[in-house]
Amino acid sequence: MSYFEIPKLTRSVWKIWLRNKDVFMKTYKVNFIPPFLQPVLYLLALGFGVGAFVDEIDGMSYPRFIAPALIAISIMNTSFFECTFASYVRMYYQKTFDAIIATPISIEEVIAGELLWGATRSTINTVIILPVLAAFGVIEFPSSLLVIPFSFIAGLLFATIGMCFTAISPNIDSLNYPTFLFITPMFLFSGTFFPLSLLPVSLQYFAIAALPLTHVVIIVRSLTFADPSGFIPVSLAWIILFSLIFFILSINLMKKRLIV
Amino acid sequence: MKWWFVIVSVIVARDLMKRFGEFAAVDNISFTVEEGEIFGFLGPNGAGKTTAMKMIQCISPKSGGKLEVFGMDVNTYQREIKRLLGVVPQETNLDPDLTVYENLLVYSRYFDIPRTEAEKRIDELLDFVQLRDKKDTSIIQLSGGMKRRLILARSLINDPRLLILDEPTVGLDPQARHLIWDRIKKLQSQGSTIVLTTHYLEEAERLCDRLVIMDNGKILVEGKPDELVRGYVGTDIVEVEKNPVAIDYLDRTSANYEVMGDMIQVYTDNPQKITNALLEKCKLGHVIARRATLEDVFLKLTGKKLRD
Repeated sequence: MSYFEIPKLTRSVWKIWLRNKDVFMKTYKVNFIPPFLQPVLYLLALGFGVGAFVDEIDGMSYPRFIAPALIAISIMNTSFFECTFASYVRMYYQKTFDAIIATPISIEEVIAGELLWGATRSTINTVIILPVLAAFGVIEFPSSLLVIPFSFIAGLLFATIGMCFTAISPNIDSLNYPTFLFITPMFLFSGTFFPLSLLPVSLQYFAIAALPLTHVVIIVRSLTFADPSGFIPVSLAWIILFSLIFFILSINLMKKRLIV
Repeated sequence: MKWWFVIVSVIVARDLMKRFGEFAAVDNISFTVEEGEIFGFLGPNGAGKTTAMKMIQCISPKSGGKLEVFGMDVNTYQREIKRLLGVVPQETNLDPDLTVYENLLVYSRYFDIPRTEAEKRIDELLDFVQLRDKKDTSIIQLSGGMKRRLILARSLINDPRLLILDEPTVGLDPQARHLIWDRIKKLQSQGSTIVLTTHYLEEAERLCDRLVIMDNGKILVEGKPDELVRGYVGTDIVEVEKNPVAIDYLDRTSANYEVMGDMIQVYTDNPQKITNALLEKCKLGHVIARRATLEDVFLKLTGKKLRD
C-alpha cells in the first residue's frame, strides 16, 4: 500500500459530512460564539490597543492590516482543530469510524468526509466573522465576499495537514506537538501581525516556502483591502497543490492506521 | 441441475490466514456456514475469533487462503458484501453525539435507505428491542443492556441476510441476556443466518446449531453442541476430591478421568455406578454427579490455564 495511492471515493463521502453537520447543528448556539467573539477581542486589543502606537503599514491602518490575518487564523485554527482533536475523539474514543466502516462506506470515504467537513467549518466561521469586521469598518466590499469560497479551499489545506498528524499520533496528547511547533509559529510569523518584510530574508523565504498560513494571509489581505497583488495566483496554486498532496497522503495514512 | 438452483453457502473459508507480522492470529482455518443456521465461534480470549469476524466483515483483509461471503471474495467485493451484513461489534460504538433515534437514522443513511422507509423500519426496530420510550434519549444515559439492544437494532437497519454478533451479551445482566437470546432466535426463525462469537458456553449451547472451538488461531473441533459434548466428554460427569484411593479405584476400573487442580473429573455415560462406587468403596464425602456441558468440552480442549 503506497502513501500516495489515489483513493476511490463515491457520493457516500457526503453521508459523513452530513453526520458531522447534524451533530454541529444540535449545538449550533455554542458553536457560533467563539468565531464571533475572537475577532472582536483581537481587534480591540491588538488592532485598536497596540495599533494606537503604529503608523500605517503598506498604506493600511493597523486594524485594517490585521483584520484579514484574523480571518486567515480562524480558517487555519477551525479546520486544523476539527481534523486533529475532534477527529481523534471520533476515531479513537467514540469509535465512530469503526461503526461507519461496518456499512458499505469505506475508510477512504470516511476520512474524505471528515476533511470536507473541516473545510466547511472554516467557511462557516468566515461567514460569521465577516459582518463583525465589516461593522468595525476594517474590510472592503464586495471583494471581501470572495473570502467565503476561498475559506473552503484554505480550510481544506489545514484540514488535510491536521489529518496527517491525527493519523500518526500515538495518543491525543501528542497532538499538542504540531499545535505548538507548527500552528503557533504560523500564527505569529506568517505576515499576520507585522509584515513579512521585517523578517530576515532567509526567514521570509522559509515563510513563503513552508508556512501555509503565509499564502492564506496574502490572498485574504488582498481581498479585504480590495488590492489584488501579483502574488494571488502563486499563493492560490501553492494552496491547491499542497491541499491535493495532503488530501491523498492523509487518507492513505489513516487507512494504514485503521485497516490492519 | 440448473445453475440457479445451486445453493451457495453463506460463508466458505478454506485455509484462511491472518498474519500480523510473524504472528498468525488466524492460522489456516476452514469452515462453512449454511443459510439459516446459527454458527458459533468459541474460544478463550486471543483465540482469533474477533479477527476471523473482522475478515468476514471485510474490514480486515485476509493474508491468505480463501474466504467468500455469499460467493464473493472478501478482499474484492467489500462494498457488495457489507451491504448484506448486519454487525454487532464487541465494543459498543454507538454515536454518543446523537440520540437513540438519530443513531438509527444516521446509520440508515450509510446504507442509502430512503428516509420514509428508514423511519418505518426504525419504528419496528424500536419495538423489537423494546426501546420505544428511550427514542429521544442520549446514548450516554442508556444502561449497558439498552446499549447492546440498540446496537442489535442498528445491525438490523438494512434487513441483513447475514448477521455477525461478536460477543452480543458481554457484560449484561441475566434479564438483558435472555431478551437478546430471544431476539436472536426470532431472527433465525425469520430466515436470517447468524454467526456469533462468545465465551459464554451456556449461550453457545442454547443458540448455536453448529459451532467451532478455536484456540491459538486454529479450529480445534467443529460440530453440533450436543454431539461435541457426547463425543468428547460423554453424557455425564462425576467430580470427586483428588485422593489416592479414588485414583487407584478409577485406574483399576480403567475409567476415563482427568485431574484438574484438586478435583478429579470422571467422564462417563453411567454416573450412578461410579458415584455409588466412589461413595461406598472410598468413603468420600465430596462427590458430585452432573450432566456434561459444553464448558467441559471447552476446558478439556483449551486447558484450564488462565489467558489474557
